[in-house]
Amino acid sequence: MNAIPQAHRIYAVTENFVSDRLARRRLRHGKERVIEFVLFLAACVSVATTIGIVVILLKESFIFFQQVSLWDFLTDTQWTPLFADAHYGILPLLSGTLVSSAVALLVAIPLGTIIAIYLSEFAPFSVREVAKPFLEMLGGVPTIVYGYFALLFVTPLLQKIFPGLPGFNLLSAGMVMGIMIIPYVSSVSEDAMRAVPMALREGSYAMGATRFQTATRVVTPAAFSGIAAAYILGISRAVGETMILAVAAGMQPNLTWNPMEPAATITAYIVQVALGDLPHGSLAYQTIFAAGLALALVTLFFNVLGHMLRKRFRQAY
Amino acid sequence: MAEAAANIKKIRALIAAHKRWDLLFSLLGMLALMVGVLTFVALFGQMAVEGASRLSWDFFTNFPSRKPDQAGILSAWVGSTLVMLVTAATAVPLGVAAGIYLEEYAPRNWITDLIEINVTNLAGVPSIIYGLLALGLFVYGFGLGQSILTAGLTLGLLILPVVIVATREAIRAIPAAIREGAYALGATKWQTTADHILPYSLAGILTGVIIGMARAIGETAPVITIGALTFIAFLPSVPLTGDPPAGLFDWVMSPFTVMPIQMFNWTSRPEAAFHQNAAAAGLVLVVMTLSMNALAIYIRYRLRKNIKW
Repeated sequence: MNAIPQAHRIYAVTENFVSDRLARRRLRHGKERVIEFVLFLAACVSVATTIGIVVILLKESFIFFQQVSLWDFLTDTQWTPLFADAHYGILPLLSGTLVSSAVALLVAIPLGTIIAIYLSEFAPFSVREVAKPFLEMLGGVPTIVYGYFALLFVTPLLQKIFPGLPGFNLLSAGMVMGIMIIPYVSSVSEDAMRAVPMALREGSYAMGATRFQTATRVVTPAAFSGIAAAYILGISRAVGETMILAVAAGMQPNLTWNPMEPAATITAYIVQVALGDLPHGSLAYQTIFAAGLALALVTLFFNVLGHMLRKRFRQAY
Repeated sequence: MAEAAANIKKIRALIAAHKRWDLLFSLLGMLALMVGVLTFVALFGQMAVEGASRLSWDFFTNFPSRKPDQAGILSAWVGSTLVMLVTAATAVPLGVAAGIYLEEYAPRNWITDLIEINVTNLAGVPSIIYGLLALGLFVYGFGLGQSILTAGLTLGLLILPVVIVATREAIRAIPAAIREGAYALGATKWQTTADHILPYSLAGILTGVIIGMARAIGETAPVITIGALTFIAFLPSVPLTGDPPAGLFDWVMSPFTVMPIQMFNWTSRPEAAFHQNAAAAGLVLVVMTLSMNALAIYIRYRLRKNIKW
């Protein structure tokens, strides 16, 4: 007889308990959802940044291209937006960018590749432990310091070898830029080489190959797409580099393929305009966005290419 | 018999020749590394020789001046410090939150893919493009002007991918058993994250933040692009002082200059005396960025040695 009320009471207590817990759970759940949403918003900032870049560049360039035809922009051989006789041909800036990048890559690709092969296949552990942080530091030096170094150390040095070399030139800026890019090329290439399975090397050694033969004929071909991705990252670095060129290559637009001459790059031009006091909304103000759009398109192309190559080498094994 | 001996001799010669290539390439590798080392030594040495004589207490406490021997970096290092404060306040919370979301919360769908592609891509965008974004958006779009706030936000966006990637890597290194243990005790996702994932990944995140800040402090191009002035002979107002008293955050809207811009300004002048100033400023800048990088490398080294899950 007693059992029924007691059971009832227990039931009531449990029900109370459960609903209490349910309420707390609901609160907890709600809090979780809010936090997740806030974190999601933070992650979306990167998307917003990209959209912001695209919108700003397109918007200002659109106004620019209403006054300057795309045909003139791509074919005119003079870039003189700040002169009375204004010409808006991107070619001189593009040639400066390409020549300086080519010089940089002629330095960075051979040296970077050799360093990567050496560190991945030859170097003893102790050398690697010292060399890798050192390379990282080399990549961490501010670019303005490299610019100072190119202008006031490398150029005078080069002038002793080539007496006719002007004080501003693409050669010294490009060479220093190449040294700056070495760490990017070498670290990505080395990662690619280390991703090559040990079995491939062991197979090669078992056939009697030397270290050098294994490195050049087995590991390097196997890591090729990764190494190519490293080169492309290096190219996109070189194309986007600003301060070394603004300081050491001069800011005079010059349609030339000769690295011994001074010339402006796309990036140096943007710096030059930003240093002057241009009224917001003037055509000259919009030119830097058009130049920026050209730069963004070039680097985007290389970044996408590099990304695709890196994906391929990851999937290979 | 003689033929066999001659054959063996030939094979030995061949092996020796191939081994010589090994040695040669080792030397070549060392040489290539040496190019980097020598450049670094030359760079540092040249600046030290040129600039050491200018490094005095006055150099840190003087404003820039038209007279090279009286010019200093007071407004530059104060500006750099304040900009870095804003940068850290932007990039650290946003980057860590985004990293946590992508590692712990994000469902596998196209939105997540889109975010990930964006982070990877932004890491490859030239810094001067960020300057153009800031010029169009922060300076004129939001009307923030050429202020410390604009520069801090710009550099914050610039190093965001670095912080996100570092956070993700640090979180990924935490074994699943830790999460499972927390869930088994009834913890919610956020409790697990805040009480376990975040504390355990803190050192890794810190490495990324320091590397990002070292990069931001040396960035010149985006700050020039937003139109930072190169000649500043005053400091931003100190909060709650002056007459009338400055507000707590008045300094964020102040015009400013930073270390790399000051160095650029001195480098691009023709007088050799200013080049000495540039060298001294460069020396300060390099020591700052390199010690930050070294700190990050040290923390990572300690981390690798100490943590064994």
